Amino acid sequence: MADTRRQPSPRRAEALAGTLLALPAFILMWLMLLGPAVAVGLLSLTDWNFGEPRIHFAGLDNYHEMWGDRVFWISLRNTVVYVGVSVPATVLLGLIAAIAIESVGPKGGLRGFYRAAYFLPVASTLLAMALVWEFMFHPSVGFVNQAFRAVGLPTADWLQNPDTALMALAAIGVWQNLGLAMVLFMAGLKSIPTDLYEALAMDGADGAWERFRRVTWPMLGPALVFVVAITAIRSFQVFDTVQVLTEGGPLKSTEVLLFTMVQQGFTFLRSAYGAAITMVFLLLTLSITLAQTMILDRRAHYG
Amino acid sequence: MVRRVLTHLVLLAGAAVMLAPFVIMLSISLKPPGEVFAPQFSLLPTQWHAVENYTAAFTKVPLARFLANGLFVTLCIFAAQALTALPMAYALAKLRWRGRETAFAMVVLALLIPPQVPAIPLYIGLWQLGLLNTYAAIILPSTISVFGIFLMRQFFRTVPDDLIAAARMDGLSEWAIVWRIMLPTAAPAIAAFACLSFIWNWNEFFWPLIAVQEEHLMTPPLGIAFFSNAEAGTSFGPLMAAATVVTAPLALAFLLAQRAFISGVTMTGVK
Amino acid sequence: MPGVSLRGIQKSFGATPVLRDVTLEVLSGEFLAILGASGCGKSTLLRILAGLETADAGEVLIDERRVDALPPKARDLAMVFQSYALYPYMTVGQNIALPLEMRRMSPMQRLPLLGRLWSGGARKAITADVAAVAGPLGLTPLLDRKPAQLSGGQRQRVALARAMVRSPAAFLMDEPLSNLDARLRAEARAEIVALTRRLGVTTLYVTHDQGEAMAMADRVAVMQAGRVLQLAPPQELYDEPASLEVARFIGSPPMNALPAHVDEDGAVMVGEVRLPWISPARGAVTLGVRPEGWAPAGQGIPAMVTLIEHLGAETLCHLEGGAVLRLAPDMARGMVPGQALRLAVQKAVLFGPDEQRLPLQAAQREPALG
Repeated sequence: MADTRRQPSPRRAEALAGTLLALPAFILMWLMLLGPAVAVGLLSLTDWNFGEPRIHFAGLDNYHEMWGDRVFWISLRNTVVYVGVSVPATVLLGLIAAIAIESVGPKGGLRGFYRAAYFLPVASTLLAMALVWEFMFHPSVGFVNQAFRAVGLPTADWLQNPDTALMALAAIGVWQNLGLAMVLFMAGLKSIPTDLYEALAMDGADGAWERFRRVTWPMLGPALVFVVAITAIRSFQVFDTVQVLTEGGPLKSTEVLLFTMVQQGFTFLRSAYGAAITMVFLLLTLSITLAQTMILDRRAHYG
Repeated sequence: MVRRVLTHLVLLAGAAVMLAPFVIMLSISLKPPGEVFAPQFSLLPTQWHAVENYTAAFTKVPLARFLANGLFVTLCIFAAQALTALPMAYALAKLRWRGRETAFAMVVLALLIPPQVPAIPLYIGLWQLGLLNTYAAIILPSTISVFGIFLMRQFFRTVPDDLIAAARMDGLSEWAIVWRIMLPTAAPAIAAFACLSFIWNWNEFFWPLIAVQEEHLMTPPLGIAFFSNAEAGTSFGPLMAAATVVTAPLALAFLLAQRAFISGVTMTGVK
Repeated sequence: MPGVSLRGIQKSFGATPVLRDVTLEVLSGEFLAILGASGCGKSTLLRILAGLETADAGEVLIDERRVDALPPKARDLAMVFQSYALYPYMTVGQNIALPLEMRRMSPMQRLPLLGRLWSGGARKAITADVAAVAGPLGLTPLLDRKPAQLSGGQRQRVALARAMVRSPAAFLMDEPLSNLDARLRAEARAEIVALTRRLGVTTLYVTHDQGEAMAMADRVAVMQAGRVLQLAPPQELYDEPASLEVARFIGSPPMNALPAHVDEDGAVMVGEVRLPWISPARGAVTLGVRPEGWAPAGQGIPAMVTLIEHLGAETLCHLEGGAVLRLAPDMARGMVPGQALRLAVQKAVLFGPDEQRLPLQAAQREPALG
């Protein structure tokens, strides 16, 4: 008679508690993230413009249009160039900074100062700092041109010249993300056991280059892949500086994907077409994550 | 020895470049218009104009309002994120329930979606609800942080099971365990999560730009862009003063709580 | 009167059975030790009783009331964990007070900060109770410290205090001493026994250390592979193990197991040596002899010494074939490896081919020794 319950209650109470505790976040996650992400995919298959009363299935029409859209291709090219320039620079400079800071040792206050100085741009408001950079790139009184002139380098109206505008934005991007790459590398460096360096010294190799080539670089592999991926994902999202400094110009030389998406989706109110561009943006981002996972998996197999 | 000095020199030069924008921003914010465009840059003004510039920053645009908006929005967002993420993280880390693995897989999936992707449907949805141009429009899309869920779940998994068993024997409900046991135990992780949440949402420009047009709702980045547009590059002094005011809260918080900030950012790499 | 009953408990983790039909009746006020090697299911049994795990089958009763469906907090049990499970961010005082807060104060009174405004009376009573428990355990000067600032022995006493403070129906202790060093463990052992005796509360004590179980418990349940092999008072367990498994498990060094047989007259023989007992069994059996259950004599079982260990209070002679003889140091004087002995068995138990104990009686007639 007492054995009528099949499933005992404490277990059921735990299951109930688990479901209830997870539920609010689960609902919000679908409402704000996953649901809209699915909706973007569906919307990109329609002809809907914001505010229109009717909506029709349009198949791949938007993607067709995109294929023939000169601005889209410029935008995609610019985005890829921006990522291609800023990611290697960020990663390389971040790595150098991390190794240099680690090598000066914990003594003295300078190490903490360096770390704070390099990381400060990550924690600061990019939009405000972008305006400072606009001033620094000013053709006549800007700090950049003054410094370049002082050491005999060519000067330019960096943000207004179609040949240099994208590179100027990439420089701001590097400045902003370098500190992030640096702290991630520092965490990676800390996990390298010091006895590897000691063993290397016993084996007769204690020069800085040998230490880097034989221990640091191979041991830093997974961190490197991760830093490249996270910097690339952040670079693909470049928008703030474009929106406030160049608005895609001059001559579309800084037109990037997110900017095009906002233009189409919100300025021109072409929601369906904007959704199609969003899908391209999403796929690019996902492919980076996929590449990262595959590279790390392969390393794990051989490692 | 020579190498050490050389390393320091390189690092100092790098630090100078990294800090240059901040120094210039402060410097310009102290100068009168005539000195801003001087052919030779000098760090300090010959004629101090700080009071005028900062006064202008607060009077030409409602900068104080922007700051208050920023504070209100970031606080609401973090409160909502913590209130939803912590219970789910606990459920994912420590409780057995049907669908747990699926729910976690969805969290990981959502982690891969950049925050700009849901923008168009969210905009349409908020429009249909008549919520565009409200605080809710800025806040709602960020009320969920899948990163927070993921981070806290990883941390909660390291809390000993015995501690939770002891709490159950002591009479705590599962809800109470989240707030009285898990929260204080995971305090460092929560501090890191809070820092990241504030960095992201204080600096966020993309979504507020889409969601609100009205001046009185603008967050600091939106407000300063608005200011910049309105002045069209003519009054650099007040603009840099405004930029300084907007950047200062996070920069100061960072300098005071470096450890939590950096560990928070480093945790974006937790596996 | 039973304090705690576990009846027919079964539990599997996935396909691995952990408990196979365990039944245990613990008397009210009794100190019962559950003894077994790691992985025998003893901790799982305790956690099922606590309500932290759910049994696949079986009944759990506390004071003759079914509690299977109740959550841990409703079972009125207190547990001391191996890791102590102290809340690291609370002071010692707050750790001990928490179970009382949860029981005596309303949710409104438990609110952080605000709750203090209208919980003065309840809080005062709790503070008094915490002080009353902390005093005898020597924790009074430590009440404002955090667990990280305490030694292992102090943490262990805080865990005890947290369990004792609300006078539960029973204490559950899961290897509470295994994180202490040997000297502290002996002290804490006596302390726990004294405390539980004084409070008269039913106690279930899980351990893998037979010394602990034998020294502390009124009765010991020996568990192996998810079954209770024997439940008996310590001395009975030692003298009359129910099976060869228990015999081998209890005692250090363990009981010697000698191949023996019972002849057609019922006489127990080891080799050619007839022992002074008869048994109703016939054929091949195993004779269990404690290391101190035999002694050198003029006649008896032949043996050869291979190794001698002088341990101070006693001397252990290892014999050819793996058996052990325990002697007082005086008796062992002059003994050397390689020496041949004759051993007379004074006390023994008999196990059948199924390794269960067989009855053994003293022989009526004078046995012909050797």
